[in-house]
Amino acid sequence: MSNSESDIARRAARLYYDENKTQDEIGEMLDITRWKVGRLLALAREVGIVSISITDSATPSERSSSGIIPTDRSRAQGVTDTQSLRSFLRRLPAVDAIGLEARAATLATRSIKTESKRAALDTIIRLVDLTTLEGADTPGKVKSLVAKALVPDASDPTTPRVAAVCVYPDMVAHAVAALGPNRGDGESGIAVASVATAFPSGRSTIDVKLADTRFAVDKGATEIDMVIDRGAFLSGDLETVFNQIVLVREACVRADGSHAHLKVILETGELRTYDNIKRASWLAILAGADFIKTSTGKVQPAATLPTTVLMLEVVRDWFHLTGERIGVKPAGGIRQSKDAIRYLVAVAEVAGEEWLTPHLFRFGASSLLNDVLLQRQKMTTGRYSGPDYVTVD
Amino acid sequence: MSRLPVAKTYKLFIGGAFPRSESGRVYDVATPTGEFIANASKASRKDARDAVVAARAAVAKWSGATANNRGQVLYRIAEMLEGRTAQFIDEIQKSTGASAKDASAEVHAAIDLLVWYAGWTDKYAQVVGGANPVAGPFFNLSVPEPTGVVAVVAPQTGPTSLLGLVATVAPALVTGNTVVVIASESSPCAAMSFAEVVATSDVPGGVVNILTGSPTEMTPWLASHQDINAIDLTGADSELALACERDAAETLKRVVRPGQFSATLGSIDRIGAFVETKTVWHTKSLS
Repeated sequence: MSNSESDIARRAARLYYDENKTQDEIGEMLDITRWKVGRLLALAREVGIVSISITDSATPSERSSSGIIPTDRSRAQGVTDTQSLRSFLRRLPAVDAIGLEARAATLATRSIKTESKRAALDTIIRLVDLTTLEGADTPGKVKSLVAKALVPDASDPTTPRVAAVCVYPDMVAHAVAALGPNRGDGESGIAVASVATAFPSGRSTIDVKLADTRFAVDKGATEIDMVIDRGAFLSGDLETVFNQIVLVREACVRADGSHAHLKVILETGELRTYDNIKRASWLAILAGADFIKTSTGKVQPAATLPTTVLMLEVVRDWFHLTGERIGVKPAGGIRQSKDAIRYLVAVAEVAGEEWLTPHLFRFGASSLLNDVLLQRQKMTTGRYSGPDYVTVD
Repeated sequence: MSRLPVAKTYKLFIGGAFPRSESGRVYDVATPTGEFIANASKASRKDARDAVVAARAAVAKWSGATANNRGQVLYRIAEMLEGRTAQFIDEIQKSTGASAKDASAEVHAAIDLLVWYAGWTDKYAQVVGGANPVAGPFFNLSVPEPTGVVAVVAPQTGPTSLLGLVATVAPALVTGNTVVVIASESSPCAAMSFAEVVATSDVPGGVVNILTGSPTEMTPWLASHQDINAIDLTGADSELALACERDAAETLKRVVRPGQFSATLGSIDRIGAFVETKTVWHTKSLS
């Protein structure tokens, strides 16, 4: 630890503990990021600049019991406390459910010509998060999943690779080992996504959720799929939902300052109304989501086209408001190429074609890939293919 | 008071349901003298593809059922057919112009054939399987197993709109195969009524799938389909059959040629056209 770093850590600690400034305020005063402030404070405790003696441990759950923790994004929108978050979400225009479903139905009728279909199938493969989230997952199964991600169709070397593999936190290390040098960010190589935060129900304490997240990040996950606390959201406790996303995002920060991409799962099937889905989408973005994701895949209904169209509209509106692009990931229930192509149409027409990259759109799927490969083989050979010609997952 | 008769639109039979063709096409079914009888769905290659998916999904359950159970179900089809004899006689008469006597004989022959094949389900393995003699302390057993999904072109001509269908479909079902069958194009009514019988006879959905429409249009797609294990070309003309046999060879399908078996009679060899023989070795004792 250099002298200058210990000096700045000392100043940060004084501001934080003696003058009760927030990390954000300190960040602004010292012209560093809030995450950097957090790390400096941790460092200050570690090397003994600060020694704290407490009788009750100050847990993140206590930290979140006193209003929301504002983020840079939320502050820019004037959302600094629970009240302003509440009124921000309430001011959002209500969703026209009939109009939304009609729009989704229209998008589903677009005719795709044969030459475009080939491109669409390849695009789908590039956007797939190849997923295995079973209680029966084994290191061997993760290894074969990775093998499939690298070479989806051994009979056709022109088949593109998928964007990511998605596994439970304890399987991240196996996925990372199997990928080796092929790990990347979804475009440069295959990303390793891990669900975390007591997936799929999210029913655990924030401390457990944060530990879950840190574990996955430590093991090499480049993307974290967290679930929101649906119970809290439905009972109106927006504060808890918001703060948990903020805290998990902090937990995604690695030692070198970079951070794992955060996908926030809304579990739209449990939110009941389109209005709720819209509010949850805005809330997740304000709290720092890099991606908003429809579902865990464990609850029915999972991803639907109207829900995805609605979420695409939210990210489009956010882009118009701030110039920042947020990703969308429908997951669960998309099993056929025909359905997936409809989602591509929705992305292109609602958000824009620039969203059709692995950084901004993903399919969370397991059986979809095989169907896409069968269609691809049909287009190559001119005859219908069958499950004997793709891997058994 | 006069009444407007309700002309039936015959649908397809895929996966236990009665969908229209995805193409939306229908064609007129007429008597030999050109009088309109009904509308029938004109299935496309995509309907055939969907039927194969349904048939493949049904293989595990049907082939996994006990031979006794399959026999019960086939017998049940015969029972249900018996109860609707009058309807079938009427449909056959109308669409083929057969006499009442001939139509009646055809329906009865179809029922008897189903009962005959029903009896074979738990006996076939005894006839063609068994213990092979080996020079060692082993059992060496050969057992016939169903090949999987069988595509069938039912007889298209002659007084066989029901009997020809039963004679080609039933033998494949005996050992546990599932079937996608293209019914007689010119007289599809009896075939689709047979589908209604199958649907109410405890046959699991997807085990029998019946398509109506042009065999010339659909058969090549089935012959080249990589997820079909055998194809019965009984109802295909010689030119179509030759092309399809060539396509079928690409994926090593079992092929039944036109004329290889009778289009109306039962045959134990016909059951054998859709089985694979599995031979296993087993020690006689562990001591």
